[in-house]
Amino acid sequence: MSRRGYEGVAVAVPVTVPYVRYSIRAAHWWLARCLAGLLRESGLKKQDIDGLSVSSFTLAPDSAIGLTQHLGLSPRWLDHVPFGGASGMVMLRRAARAVQAGDADVVACIAADTNHVDSFRLTLANFSQFARDAVYPYGAGGPNASFAFLTAYYMRTFGATREDFGKLCVAQRSNALKFEHALFKKALSLEEYLSARPIADPLHLFDCVMPCAGADGFLVLTEERAKSLGLRYARLRATIERHNAFASDPVQMRAGWALDRADLYEQAGAGPENMDFVETYDDYPVISLMQLEDLGFCEKGEGPAFIRKHTFTWDGSLPVNTSGGQLSVGQAGAAGGSLGLVEALRQLTDQATGRQVKDAKLGLVSGFGMINFDRGLACGAAILSC
Amino acid sequence: MLERPKRKNPVLRTRQPTLPPGARSRIALGLTAAAALGRFELQQCRDCGTVQYPPREACQQCLSIRLDWKPQPQEGELLSHTVLHHSNDLFFRERLPWRLGLVKLECGPTVVTHLHDQVAGPPSKVVVAAKLDRAGQAVLVALPNKESNMAEDRQTREFTSDPKFRKVLVTDGKTGVGQALVKALAAAGADLIWVGHSEPWKKFAGFDELKAISQVTLLPLDLTDSKNVREVAAEIGGKVDILVNNAEYHRAFGISNRAGVDTARAEMDVNYFGLLRLAQEFGPVMRSRGADGLASATAWVNLLSIYALANFPSHGTFSASKAAAHSLSQCLRAEMRPAGVRVINVLPGPIDDEWNQLMPPPKVAPPALAGAVVKALREGVEDVYPGDVAQEWLARWRDNPKALEKELST
Repeated sequence: MSRRGYEGVAVAVPVTVPYVRYSIRAAHWWLARCLAGLLRESGLKKQDIDGLSVSSFTLAPDSAIGLTQHLGLSPRWLDHVPFGGASGMVMLRRAARAVQAGDADVVACIAADTNHVDSFRLTLANFSQFARDAVYPYGAGGPNASFAFLTAYYMRTFGATREDFGKLCVAQRSNALKFEHALFKKALSLEEYLSARPIADPLHLFDCVMPCAGADGFLVLTEERAKSLGLRYARLRATIERHNAFASDPVQMRAGWALDRADLYEQAGAGPENMDFVETYDDYPVISLMQLEDLGFCEKGEGPAFIRKHTFTWDGSLPVNTSGGQLSVGQAGAAGGSLGLVEALRQLTDQATGRQVKDAKLGLVSGFGMINFDRGLACGAAILSC
Repeated sequence: MLERPKRKNPVLRTRQPTLPPGARSRIALGLTAAAALGRFELQQCRDCGTVQYPPREACQQCLSIRLDWKPQPQEGELLSHTVLHHSNDLFFRERLPWRLGLVKLECGPTVVTHLHDQVAGPPSKVVVAAKLDRAGQAVLVALPNKESNMAEDRQTREFTSDPKFRKVLVTDGKTGVGQALVKALAAAGADLIWVGHSEPWKKFAGFDELKAISQVTLLPLDLTDSKNVREVAAEIGGKVDILVNNAEYHRAFGISNRAGVDTARAEMDVNYFGLLRLAQEFGPVMRSRGADGLASATAWVNLLSIYALANFPSHGTFSASKAAAHSLSQCLRAEMRPAGVRVINVLPGPIDDEWNQLMPPPKVAPPALAGAVVKALREGVEDVYPGDVAQEWLARWRDNPKALEKELST
């Protein structure tokens, strides 16, 4: 049976609550600010929000249900998506179906995490059972070591160099300089990238995202509703989602996108060559490269040559992570899973001031996350158009 | 190559011990249980044979819950490696840089390991072992081969309590076991060995031979004398890196072959209260030296008996005193854990000595027992069962403790 499309679904109102390195506020504060932003930008009232989807690591011990009372909401459709970097994609596709089916009229999708001075360490210590049993005792205290393994393996297998990854990071930094909410405000040169202090060989400082506090959110609603509210919106053309793909690969060199990309492009009626920009999930540059390969922008292992061919700046040959990505904006926990999506909405609705991709009509967003043990488990992607 | 640590400047602050993260789910403690015995076991499905790691509550292949911890081949290929230059964890932060590996085991799973310095870059062959870290929990370590010396590598030394360059107290030098221990520890490179003897006015057999070992210092030590234990601890407690408590009082018979409680009391006084006195006097100062440089306080060894697991009626009161000591040793282990000082319990079968004259062979020869202790210190094991009898009893006890009790009572 062929999959139903997303006719009649609008995705609108990209909201970013400006990130900060450390916050003394709880996740609830950030989620509240995000929701308030969605109401302010859309002109909707709180009681108009009848669907709520939430993603956050630091909301514990609360989940989405506790948040309804905390924020005085009474939704008839509620979802909690604790899937980190893939949560934006998962929230989007679930909300789209809810709106299509009439189970909710307007779904507010909000993702946020706070970051206290010591909360990153504590989150890592209790991230997952496998991490606690089989990774955390080895001292990495987080995904740095896991991605160091993948990066080193990729470099050895496919001949990528630090300069290749550096080019991606430098391009994203130049994009970030045009995004007001990026935490990194200074240009990054390739020399600075290469000479940064080592974190976990071969990863150096600028290969690693900086944990911070922040929130991102968007609305999923019917096109009629979006029109009646006078909102600029994007259409959802296609989505995929896959978890724990290729589980028997000894090292993660590919993820679920490679399994489902034909489905994605068929549903969209477009291919990678038609994309005006790409927003990848970029906690480490090797993962961006893996997405570009798995999503068919180049073959597996051709990532290094592909990098050498393109510029990746917002005004370049293939714009990637046009707001700077997490590497230059910061990683606000689960909000990182929606950072690319809200940027795609800005690009497609002509709101990406200063970094607007010319004639952006079709964009691809991808999400990836949950380093449970030795690899990221969750992945998804969506194609949106104006 | 490990070099002799410099003498410590007594004016400098002694660093406080830190531990690697010790939290584990209950199911993951299966790895620790095997590592405590020096074994490498992973979960294997009884129904489909799949070997899996990290530990799970069900088989990832067929969803069976019939999972056993089974010895697995240790060979694997190093797929990737990294050197940490940054860690959020205090223990590792103090020990950077720190090398880690990603290994594909021949038995199936891909695992994250600590990585011995002499393992070549990937792809390369490695042998993976499960070792107890300073928190007393199992971690996987990739070594260049099965004979690798863990103590010579800066990183893997953290998982051992190698006697080389360390100062050791052996509490009783009078016995064959005590003398074998001293010789084995001297041969293993111990810097200084204090050897206790409870009746200093008597010259015991082997006395001259012990005195001739250059590292040995004999000192009067009677575990039944609280004041004496306190005085010895005051004198040398701050220098002891490894304490080996081998003093024991052993008489045959159970309850009805003997009148009164004098013998049983004497057994308890040495075997149980002796350990308690030692633990009260030496425990706190050794705890404070858990991170005192390369030659820090590192281990405490208790000579127990396989009879501690199940009472052997023809040595009934002795068994009971060793069971009491075993229980107390578990308490000591818990109290020494925050300092990363390992408590090693040695549970031999009958030792080939005077008090086991009537026991049929096989009996554990004192040098074999001493060798097992040094090996345990070197390899980071915390429960040792030397000798064929101990191994057999252990297997029977693990299989069915009630059955062992019944077998021993006939």
